[in-house]
Amino acid sequence: MSVDQANVRRIARLARIAVRDEELPHLAQELNAMLAFVEELNAVDLGNAEPMTSVLPMQMKMRQDVVGDHAGPEIVTGNAPISEDHFFLVPKVIE
Amino acid sequence: MTQPVDLTLAQARDALHAGKISAVELTKAHLAAMEKASALNCYVATTPDQALAMAQRSDARFASKDAGPLEGIPLGIKDLYATKGVHTQACSHILDGFKPDYESTVTSHLWRDGAIMLGKLNMDEFAMGSSNETSYYGPVVSPWLPNGWTQDQARKALSGDKKGLLVPGGSSGGSAAAVAARLCLGATATDTGGSIRQPAAFTGTVGIKPTYGRCSRWGIVAFASSLDQAGPIARTVQDCAIMLRSMAGHDPRDATSFDAPVPDYEKSVGASIRGKKIGIPREYRIEGMPAEIDRLWNQGIDWLRAAGAEIVDISLPHTRTALPAYYIVAPAEASSNLARYDGVRYGLRVPGKDITDMYEQTRAKGFGKEVRRRIMIGTYVLSAGYYDAYYVRAQKIRTLIKRDFELAYANGVDAILTPATPSAAFGIGEKGSADPVEMYLNDVFTVTVNMAGLPGLAVPAGLSSGGLPLSLQLIGRPFDEETLFSIAEVIERSAGQIQLPKPWWE
Amino acid sequence: MTTQTKSSEANKPSKLIKGATGDWEIVVGMEIHAQVSSQSKLFSAASTEFGGAPNAHVSLVDAAMPGMLPVINAECVAQAIRTGLGLKAKINNRSVFDRKNYFYPDLPQGYQISQFKHPIVGEGEVVVDVTPTEQIIVGIERLHLEQDAGKSLHDQSPTDSFVDLNRSGVALMEIVSKPDIRSAEEARAYVTKLRTILRYLGTCDGNMEQGSLRADVNVSVRRPGGPLGTRCEIKNVNSIRFIGQAVDVEARRQIGILEDGGKIDQETRLFDPAKGETRSMRSKEEAHDYRYFPDPDLLPLEFDQAYVDQLASHLPELPDDKRSRFMRDYGLTGYDAGVLVMERASADYYEAVAKGRDAKLAANWVINELFGRLNKEGLDIETSPVSAQQLGAIIDLISDGTISGKIAKDLFEIVWSEGGDPLALVEARGMKQVTDTGAIEAAVEAIIAANPDKVAQAQAKPTMLGWFVGQVMKQTGGKANPQAVNDLLKAKLGI
Repeated sequence: MSVDQANVRRIARLARIAVRDEELPHLAQELNAMLAFVEELNAVDLGNAEPMTSVLPMQMKMRQDVVGDHAGPEIVTGNAPISEDHFFLVPKVIE
Repeated sequence: MTQPVDLTLAQARDALHAGKISAVELTKAHLAAMEKASALNCYVATTPDQALAMAQRSDARFASKDAGPLEGIPLGIKDLYATKGVHTQACSHILDGFKPDYESTVTSHLWRDGAIMLGKLNMDEFAMGSSNETSYYGPVVSPWLPNGWTQDQARKALSGDKKGLLVPGGSSGGSAAAVAARLCLGATATDTGGSIRQPAAFTGTVGIKPTYGRCSRWGIVAFASSLDQAGPIARTVQDCAIMLRSMAGHDPRDATSFDAPVPDYEKSVGASIRGKKIGIPREYRIEGMPAEIDRLWNQGIDWLRAAGAEIVDISLPHTRTALPAYYIVAPAEASSNLARYDGVRYGLRVPGKDITDMYEQTRAKGFGKEVRRRIMIGTYVLSAGYYDAYYVRAQKIRTLIKRDFELAYANGVDAILTPATPSAAFGIGEKGSADPVEMYLNDVFTVTVNMAGLPGLAVPAGLSSGGLPLSLQLIGRPFDEETLFSIAEVIERSAGQIQLPKPWWE
Repeated sequence: MTTQTKSSEANKPSKLIKGATGDWEIVVGMEIHAQVSSQSKLFSAASTEFGGAPNAHVSLVDAAMPGMLPVINAECVAQAIRTGLGLKAKINNRSVFDRKNYFYPDLPQGYQISQFKHPIVGEGEVVVDVTPTEQIIVGIERLHLEQDAGKSLHDQSPTDSFVDLNRSGVALMEIVSKPDIRSAEEARAYVTKLRTILRYLGTCDGNMEQGSLRADVNVSVRRPGGPLGTRCEIKNVNSIRFIGQAVDVEARRQIGILEDGGKIDQETRLFDPAKGETRSMRSKEEAHDYRYFPDPDLLPLEFDQAYVDQLASHLPELPDDKRSRFMRDYGLTGYDAGVLVMERASADYYEAVAKGRDAKLAANWVINELFGRLNKEGLDIETSPVSAQQLGAIIDLISDGTISGKIAKDLFEIVWSEGGDPLALVEARGMKQVTDTGAIEAAVEAIIAANPDKVAQAQAKPTMLGWFVGQVMKQTGGKANPQAVNDLLKAKLGI
């Protein structure tokens, strides 16, 4: 499998990374180099192997339903590039 | 007389307890060394005021006989760890100005035990790299001199374009270089595909990636959640054992954290390895491996045999598949983990004409080239129509890789000995600029361990023909770090302590 | 008669819609998002309380700060299992949380933690009461746990949206039905019944105004018995009434297009209650590609059968069982029993009233007098001014002949508006029924004496007796025992 420039544009869009047209050939080439590198996996006999979902056989612990750690609006928005009245601000979203 | 910074962590601890040195003196000595070594670019932020205040408190606790296991020990912290109120940016532009209001579980364990924070250590951006060249803050320079270089030559290059100087490895390059250059007694690091063991190997230091789940991931900026694990880099096996005991432990805030008591790892250092069964995997004898790496490995086998261990040949048939499978799993997880860097709640924001444009401009500018590349490949392998062919297949292969190890351990193998890296350290700018895969091959011996969640330790075992450190890797059973410390100490003792480079950079 | 139908073929033709070119059948499936009743969020310890100052109920995990990790709330898991049991569904002892990846300002992680391939609850069913005499069974496809998103306010400024993460991370159960619903009426009844079950279980408060229960409605139309048509998803409909309206207008829209020879585009639409229409949501520039994969921060969710059994043993009696029991034990009609079990509190109220009393009389009083009055005042059973104890006392007074049914209604009014002990009120206000035959006799004789012509008529035509009863009651202020009046009149008039 390999990607063309249209694929690269689509992937970049999904990943929300701006790419300039002149970058596309190079990016396609790099991604194809990586895909070529993983190509050899197609030859592996997978037998009945299940996809790994947890690397060690542990049971997931659960927490009790207790209200605790509220960071507080000052801390939650304290690192925000733009905020107002403890809201985060983003360019207007039209639905 | 030995300078304070030349002490090992264990020696410094004993000197502090004996009252031969104060925590403040020890800390000041390190702060001074750091200042003179700033050109190596190990630290991206220093916290001298905080360090001295912590040292004073340590001295008070020594006075009141209230000292913790790491009391007064100055440490460097990888920039991936959240440190409250202090620069935490994973060495990425996208986290510009981020100062968390929280402390990672691992670092809070260190402070609980009395350790002192000197500052934040350089690393590859979001831990993606094997040479510390992807950092937004520029590359770290290894304290090791390139083969045949004079100190003057190195100093000139250091103040110039750094060409020809050596990389410390990565992603924990700042951690490894700072420990080797004696800019801290030990450092925290993280390992997703080899990011503790490979830089430790390149700098003649010791590094252990514990079993997945041993150290809490809470408060450590995520790269690939199912692979990431915290661990120490220090100058001796014993120092690593001391640090890991403090760093490890169950954390209810991390669902993948392992709930079992943490052993006193230091007790394993120096323990006999007589009768231990050491596996030698034939698949690690890869094509084109330098003869000196092969010799080093054989040397290691001889040392362990001489110490009474039983050496057995084993097979880990899926070894070859680990690196390509890793380059599917890790970028896939990363593409999702790094989605939160969107310019809304913290870090960099580049204005855009609408919300999507703001996201795209922010992430294009905020992430470096390597990170962008991995996000793209990760996005691709998860996308509709490719998920089964890539991601599911890679996760199945992971099951097979783990099964290989389980089989070996079921046959009575206590630990596995392999080379740590396929070569000694290389020069800055030398690898990966044309083909990213060239750089990825650095992790060929280490990455299997992450894929299987096992503990792995890199310990210096000799020098290359060019006078650079070379290490061996030990791979253990799940949660049996103790055996690794015992065996590593035998290698360390047999090889003789590596002579770290004199401070030519000062 | 109760009819139960499952497959569309068995549906009655009355559900079909007449188009210009023939009959059409509506096919509806629903995805209900029900907020799990819990103190804290699904993966963080922040409060789930409704409202609150902006970003006040937000933990570092909810804000997706770097290095933060999710830890699952045991109670949310228990609530999902309880709900699954209530829907007679398969409980999956092993399920997996996946990440659903997309960018949106109210989604701080850049992904929603949900369950895609392996949900906690599998197939089940709901018996839906469409009318008092018609039931259908709607199949449940699955139920899974997922995180709610935050909220973006778009009307605060001309250039910016304001993001509040208080809702971010609150646990939701997404309950997916099979496309077994065939009309707007059935759609409304399905949501009504589901809400009743959730409230009984205590797993969701069902408050649609606060968004605790929201529906995505999938609507398509087809020729009866024909292949399924292309469906449109109407997002986030937030009242039962609107659900019915949305199904109707969307079905009509689709029939209109198809009968004009057009075709339906599969798309997401919004229901506009003000205009009574659905409209396409701004068409996305690209198809969604959510890149689901198992969340590596979490392990598979596993529990043993003993845990499920323990939760099952503490489950309350559910509405269908309660309804059957009311019919069996209290001799109620299916309709009355159905009305009484709609809310657990109403059923409890009824049982408190009915205990040791005439169960049918109690049902009449609860349904007709109490519910009627509560509805009129916009109150619910929890805030009823008349307690079960008071209503029981009123019924006792009727049963032992102390007051007549008519006086009882007056008494109910007094208790409703003034409160107090019904028996004491009856005594204090002289509302007691006159059972003293002497007093009644005097009144009877006076009426007979004053109306000889009517007496003659009554003797010829006994149905005239009613007129005399009325007169006597009038004279005694309604307090005379009607039976005693009847008996006396018959004796005196010789009929």
